[in-house]
Amino acid sequence: MSLLKDFSKGIWRENAVFKLVLGMCPTLAVTTSAENGLGMGLATTFVLICSNIAISLLRKVIPGGVRIPAFIVVIASFVTVVQLCMEAFVYDLYKALGIFIPLIVVNCLILGRAEAFASKKPVIPAVADGLGMGLGFTLGLLVLGSMRELLGTGSILGIPVFGAAYPPFLLLILPPGAFITLGFLLAGMNRLESLRK
Amino acid sequence: MKDTIRLIVVLTLIACGAGLLLSLVEQVTRAPIAEQRRQETLKALLAVMPAVDNSPDADTVSLVVGQDKKGRELTRIFYRGRNRGVLAGLAFKVVAPDGYSGTIEIMVGVDPEGTVTGLEILAHAETPGLGSKIEQAWFKNQFLGKSLDNADWRVKKDGGAFDQITGATISPRAVVAAVAGGLEFYRKHQAEVAADGGGKK
Repeated sequence: MSLLKDFSKGIWRENAVFKLVLGMCPTLAVTTSAENGLGMGLATTFVLICSNIAISLLRKVIPGGVRIPAFIVVIASFVTVVQLCMEAFVYDLYKALGIFIPLIVVNCLILGRAEAFASKKPVIPAVADGLGMGLGFTLGLLVLGSMRELLGTGSILGIPVFGAAYPPFLLLILPPGAFITLGFLLAGMNRLESLRK
Repeated sequence: MKDTIRLIVVLTLIACGAGLLLSLVEQVTRAPIAEQRRQETLKALLAVMPAVDNSPDADTVSLVVGQDKKGRELTRIFYRGRNRGVLAGLAFKVVAPDGYSGTIEIMVGVDPEGTVTGLEILAHAETPGLGSKIEQAWFKNQFLGKSLDNADWRVKKDGGAFDQITGATISPRAVVAAVAGGLEFYRKHQAEVAADGGGKK
């Protein structure tokens, strides 16, 4: 039961993008399309699960004094693994995400989960936590990316939906569009929450 | 003291483990990554050249174009496209050092006489929505059929033959100058480039 809770809290109640507002750099920068958002989210999820497993396994070995450098080495290794694999097997996505793949290292969501959860819990809950948090992050990026792509170019996942007559709202694809879309999403979600109470 | 040693040992062991993992992954992905990069170059080559039936990336000539700040030789690779063994087109990469933000890498395709047959922007960091329009077809297409002899290699604002982009003159100016420089270099070294097995393979 508590395992399910470890998993599900990351999807909604402690959603990294919408509730904790963590990892904003990739969130704002790569969500110009649904595909980029999804790719970035899944890459982050993979790193998060791997680093949670490794850190949970090593939690009794790592002395408190060097825990942060140790976490960063672990996270950076998995990020490099993801980067090499993406360059080898999904080259177009690798090109699109560019500098933001190596920057997963400094995504505070991952270090945050390592410090707050994985370094204190056994492996199984750590996996559930990583999976939940990662998927929640992916969901956030996918929603943001879909909205920006839909309104900014009139298509979703590269497939036109609104037809050629739709005048694309270019601003949403540009960097300010990320802030505006996220702002509206956060406002909408807060409104929903307050209505439920 | 004992604690300090423990800190050092643990962190060193973790770093060693990380190094081991990375070297394994690097070994597995090395060949696919090289292949992806080759495919990317090949795609750009075929896009700028007239139809050819060989693999231009396997038929190259490297010539020295200058020296970098440390005195090492800078080379430019000419990719040669052939039809039934006859030289049909060439492609080479030029780098515009004076873009609006950073350098612009351009793949230029020419026929053996030095007329542009195609242009691809490989990498740039120009402002999205303004300078980035150098990637658009209308901008690239105005180079087609142009050579050093039939066009003035400047943007219209400077009295030349090439359309600039509204709100972004620096990027087109850099592209035009870099391509012109590449064409001049080709004209000077035409014989070496076309020579069979000439230059360094």
